[in-house]
Amino acid sequence: MKYLHLIWASLFRRKLRTILTLVSIAAAFLLFGLLDAVRVSFDQAGRSAAGAQRLQTGARLSFIDTLPSSLGAQIAAVPGVKEVAFANWFGGAYQDPHNQIFTFAVSPNYIDLYPEMELTADQRQKFDSDLNAIVAGSALVKRFGWKIGDRIPLQSQIFPDRQGSKNWHFNLAGILKARDKKTGGFYDGMVLLHWKNFDETTPYNQGSVGWYVTRVADASQADRVARAIDALSANSAHETRTQTEQAATASWMKQLVDIGLIVGSIMGAVFFTLLLLTGNTMMQSVRERTAELAVLRTIGFPPGAVLGIVLAESLLLLVLGGIVGLGLVSILVPVIVKGSGGMLNLPTVGASSWAMGLGLMLLIGLAVGALPAWRAVRLKIVDALAAH
Amino acid sequence: MATLVEVRNVSRVYTRGRQKIEVLHSINLEIAQGDFLALMGPSGSGKTTLLNLIGGLDTPTTGTIAVAGQRIDNLGQSALSRWRASHVGFVFQFYNLMPTLSAQRNVELPLLLTKLSAAQRRQNAAVALRLVNLGDRAGHKPGELSGGQQQRVAIARAIVSDPTLLVCDEPTGDLDRQSAEEVLGLLQVLNREHGKTIIVVTHDPKAADFARQTLRLDKGTLVGAGQA
Repeated sequence: MKYLHLIWASLFRRKLRTILTLVSIAAAFLLFGLLDAVRVSFDQAGRSAAGAQRLQTGARLSFIDTLPSSLGAQIAAVPGVKEVAFANWFGGAYQDPHNQIFTFAVSPNYIDLYPEMELTADQRQKFDSDLNAIVAGSALVKRFGWKIGDRIPLQSQIFPDRQGSKNWHFNLAGILKARDKKTGGFYDGMVLLHWKNFDETTPYNQGSVGWYVTRVADASQADRVARAIDALSANSAHETRTQTEQAATASWMKQLVDIGLIVGSIMGAVFFTLLLLTGNTMMQSVRERTAELAVLRTIGFPPGAVLGIVLAESLLLLVLGGIVGLGLVSILVPVIVKGSGGMLNLPTVGASSWAMGLGLMLLIGLAVGALPAWRAVRLKIVDALAAH
Repeated sequence: MATLVEVRNVSRVYTRGRQKIEVLHSINLEIAQGDFLALMGPSGSGKTTLLNLIGGLDTPTTGTIAVAGQRIDNLGQSALSRWRASHVGFVFQFYNLMPTLSAQRNVELPLLLTKLSAAQRRQNAAVALRLVNLGDRAGHKPGELSGGQQQRVAIARAIVSDPTLLVCDEPTGDLDRQSAEEVLGLLQVLNREHGKTIIVVTHDPKAADFARQTLRLDKGTLVGAGQA
């Protein structure tokens, strides 16, 4: 600690250069924090208190394969199953293909299996009584300025109606609200329509079901129930995989895209660039201070102390920039979540992200400082002073 | 007076590519405790090399060097660093102060290697700065001081840890006449009133006037001596 003022003074010897380097480091860790939040968000998808009591059954091979509707009754008969609902992917866009909305065609009891979603009794009654009705998440309603009773056009990415048009029109009957705003952003951003309407309108479905959602009577029996459900269609043309919602979501996402790989690749590229940039700054800084380092050695600073000073300078640079970057993430995430109207449900920077971030700061700091520190130690005092 | 520095048959050979350059040839020298020695000679005569060897910044190719009875020619890098920290103060031609630190912090630098508390370090540095008549410029950075003042800060840094020996390489080489005389006068005070043993490498014949003894080097060999 007694060298701190020396390290600090060396670090800010060229203020502009150090500030620009700090900005680069902060930007890299800002990106790290945001991407890590996305990764954690995907990792936590489907994780809720009720999730442990819900199982999801989909086609074993791929999430684009469908299941027969007759399977529903068989699942309902499995001991330990309390209730079964089902859904299909609809994939709607509003007005512009860029306005993609999570839209699902669901069975009449689907909402009952999700106590995390709130729908008033009269809106539920309106939805149930109108086959062409939809209910939409509150964030969507707010985003597009919809009102109950509006006729909403949605364009399906896949399914045409019997006339071949992919433009569907629905009546907005109710507004879904997530009970827990912190974790329920997904519910506030989705649209549900009647599976019966979907199945009767598109010639593509023909009674098939995308996936089943099962509520189990006893969460501790979930594994046994899952195995029993999968046994129903073993060795058939429609083999199933039953898993918790969390696992199903992760598996579904992995079939779409490997978030971890993408985040890891981007971060790898960012930190590699940071390594070169900061390494260059440190090398330049040490080169400029050759005479000063030689003076430190002359007045008796041992090689280890000089090594420590240069390494500490590099670590301080990374830690300062990194903390600013991750601190900005802590400020920005709630703003982004609020700004997205609940569509994006990013977690705040947690202890594990901070720990990983600090680990990266130390690792990069050491890597960046190692070469200049080694050069400072290997410095020939007499030559360095003579060159000055 | 007792001998402080004892140089025996010291040679220093540098290798530049395939070429070997012998800068010092079999130097024998004794410097008494409390002496003020001026080492003079033309450029390339080996003055700075000899000074670096005595100050423990370099090691001889052959021969032995002892300071206060301790052999320093066979010490490793870390041991030599420790020895320099406690026995030698250095003054350079271009002051070599840390530009980002105040005069006070510059003078405190050698004390960072001691076990003194921060308050004691501050106090000792303040005393050293007062000794070189710069007590009122403690908070100034080197860029805010004249050349003569910067050299006096460097002298304060050299003496703050109370070393046995002060080695000065062209301490007036970058100063005007008046500042040079102030600095040399200061070194003389340190020698006469505080008993510091001082070795000064200089081209300046006037600088030699302040020394008790002058030695001349030419082509790596001691060629003559004179008493002030």
